[in-house]
Amino acid sequence: MHDALIAVAMSGGVDSSAVAALMKRQGHNVAGLTMQLWNQRRLPQLATEATTGRCCSLDDVYDARRVAEQLEMPFYVVNLEEHFEESVVKPFVADYLEGRTPIPCTHCNTFIKFDRFLELADSVGARSIATGHYARVTRNDDTGRWELRTAVDLSKDQTYFLWGLTQEQLSRTLFPLGGMTKPEVRQLAVDFELAVAGKPESYEICFVPNGDYAGFIDAYLNEKGAGAVDAQGAIVHEDGRKLGNHAGAHRFTVGQRKGLGIAAPEPLYVISTDPKSQTVTVGGNDSLLRSTLVARDINWISWAGLEAPARVDVRIRNRHVPSPAELVPLPGGRVEVRFDVPQRAVTPGQGAVFYSGDLVVGGGWIE
Amino acid sequence: MSHYYFDHNATSPVAPGVLQCLVDSIAEVSGNASSIHYYGQAAKRKLEGARRKLAGSLGCDPRELVFTSGGTESDNLAILGVGRKALRETGRAHVVTSAIEHPAVLNACTQLEREGAQLTVLPVDGVGRVEPGDVKRALRPDTCLVSIHHANNEIGTIEPVAKLAKAAREGGALFHTDAVQTVGRTPVDARVLGIDLMSIGGHKCGGPKGVGALYIRKGVELDAILHGGHHERDRRAGTENVPGAVALAAAISGGPDLWIGIAGLRDRLERGVLARVPGTRLNGDPSSRLSNTSNIAFDGIGGEAMVISLDLRGYAVSSGSACSSGAVEPSHVLLALGMDKQTARSCVRFSLGPGNTVEQVDGLIEAVADSVAHLRRVSPAPLTREFAHA
Repeated sequence: MHDALIAVAMSGGVDSSAVAALMKRQGHNVAGLTMQLWNQRRLPQLATEATTGRCCSLDDVYDARRVAEQLEMPFYVVNLEEHFEESVVKPFVADYLEGRTPIPCTHCNTFIKFDRFLELADSVGARSIATGHYARVTRNDDTGRWELRTAVDLSKDQTYFLWGLTQEQLSRTLFPLGGMTKPEVRQLAVDFELAVAGKPESYEICFVPNGDYAGFIDAYLNEKGAGAVDAQGAIVHEDGRKLGNHAGAHRFTVGQRKGLGIAAPEPLYVISTDPKSQTVTVGGNDSLLRSTLVARDINWISWAGLEAPARVDVRIRNRHVPSPAELVPLPGGRVEVRFDVPQRAVTPGQGAVFYSGDLVVGGGWIE
Repeated sequence: MSHYYFDHNATSPVAPGVLQCLVDSIAEVSGNASSIHYYGQAAKRKLEGARRKLAGSLGCDPRELVFTSGGTESDNLAILGVGRKALRETGRAHVVTSAIEHPAVLNACTQLEREGAQLTVLPVDGVGRVEPGDVKRALRPDTCLVSIHHANNEIGTIEPVAKLAKAAREGGALFHTDAVQTVGRTPVDARVLGIDLMSIGGHKCGGPKGVGALYIRKGVELDAILHGGHHERDRRAGTENVPGAVALAAAISGGPDLWIGIAGLRDRLERGVLARVPGTRLNGDPSSRLSNTSNIAFDGIGGEAMVISLDLRGYAVSSGSACSSGAVEPSHVLLALGMDKQTARSCVRFSLGPGNTVEQVDGLIEAVADSVAHLRRVSPAPLTREFAHA
């Protein structure tokens, strides 16, 4: 009955507000939905001055509502805090404690924004959703597959976090900002006189307001009655020398240089962390270089799968420039990535995303 | 698209006669009712006229009524006012309430607890009734107040307030009832109920928002919670909202006549929905319930999704869950009935009012049937799904 109703995911930020305005201007029948994902007042010991302006704070819901009012569109706030905690926060904490460096935004996209949100869209009778992500979706008539492409504004490109999208999800998703630059989007917000046009951008993980992951994990475990992580251990040089002690391996991430608390003649970096023995191994920059990695839980996007080795460019963290590599299929839905040139700080828990030009071929989790 | 309102327990539109009365008195009353001059006297006359009229509706003495800013303030004045006085005079205060009260009551009680009082929260049975015997057993020598609402806003259950009040008073405690959902919709007599304190609001029965009253039986003393001038016999400081008081009195005296036929419409809605939609159950006490309220559980449906879906079809209803921003827990009322969380999240509240018609009700039945069918199709088990951890 709601012909072509489009559900717009509105966070209260500039980007999703601009999307709502664009869809409305194009004459679409739109409804705005804000997902309340995390209670920013929940772990008060982490509060910073910035907390009130964080994603999912009451201020953001207020902003989203104000934009919806301005655009005269129906608007609803839906509480998904329980789902968010189960499918994003808990895995984030578990990953850290197991020595990986997780990317919660990918989990959130896979399990909340393009899963629960599509269900919400279904429930309000909307076939399509529109979000403020910087990426593009195209349809390849030859292969019959939906394709994900990098944003025109590469400095804002978010495909690194979107590799988990299924064909079904892509077929229902609109990324109206994928062809625009950030300055153009800001200008659009100004032109529409949107109340949020001058709002600053947020970069941190939304539920870790001050960027202190270890502090978040301790506070979260403490809230659960688990007590702080008792994870003291040794910092060991890769040549076997013990250099010092640390207060928990989860406080370190591969490639980290600062905050080791060790005086050494040459710069030292974290090479690996072992949560079982609570050992943090450090070494020189060269020791960080890896020429291969194995990725699991692969999601293929523009390709249906991988039968034989193939050439791609692989990105191993968000701001990493994709690097040429050969993809080799392994049993169990895994692949081996063989880089032409060794890469610095291959980090377990992060995503490895495979590109061919502006196409996202697929991606997986680094083992 | 036309829009129809079925959420009168949240608030109701201002009744036409009341609106006129409100506008007129805003225009006519320019003085401060506490001033001694001509203008002040004119305002005071209006205010006291409103108080007498309200007292007439409630079967009490005008001096037993204090005008407030609404139900929430009235609840706070009753609970904090009685509790703080007891704490101040004896150093002890024990308060008894029920698990399904409005947050204005529950949170005023927890505030009192922070200030040194002790709190007993009584359970309810499966339809939301408080057992008078439970009140009796909860009473202690230091119990200063029992607060149980007259009717519940979510499920409509009307409590046996006269019996509960009798139990409280026989045990030496004062009895307060939040009657915001009943006064103005149905005749309520303070003496017949036998209560000591009663909260009244204007906007659930065709009055404006922002005005209410607290009935304080003669002889009952409490501490003020707002401090300022000597208004309302030192029980509520602040320049009197004369137009609000006039409109409140008009709404409450005229309300019951307007609400008289609502039960028939509600029953039609209920019969229609229960007959058309499989997997539905009625909540609340069918033998003692607000005549305008129907709370229904829809198997396998999220109440929130249902509210949105019906809104986009033009029907305003409310989900059983407390969906105020930040709250993630399903309704404390439904959980207190013994429901599991998932069932509690599947409940939708329909609350009718004088503006609803047979045609609207029939349209709503269709819309509910459509929405449920759609929601069950697109999302077979919306809340049970487990997320795989990649």
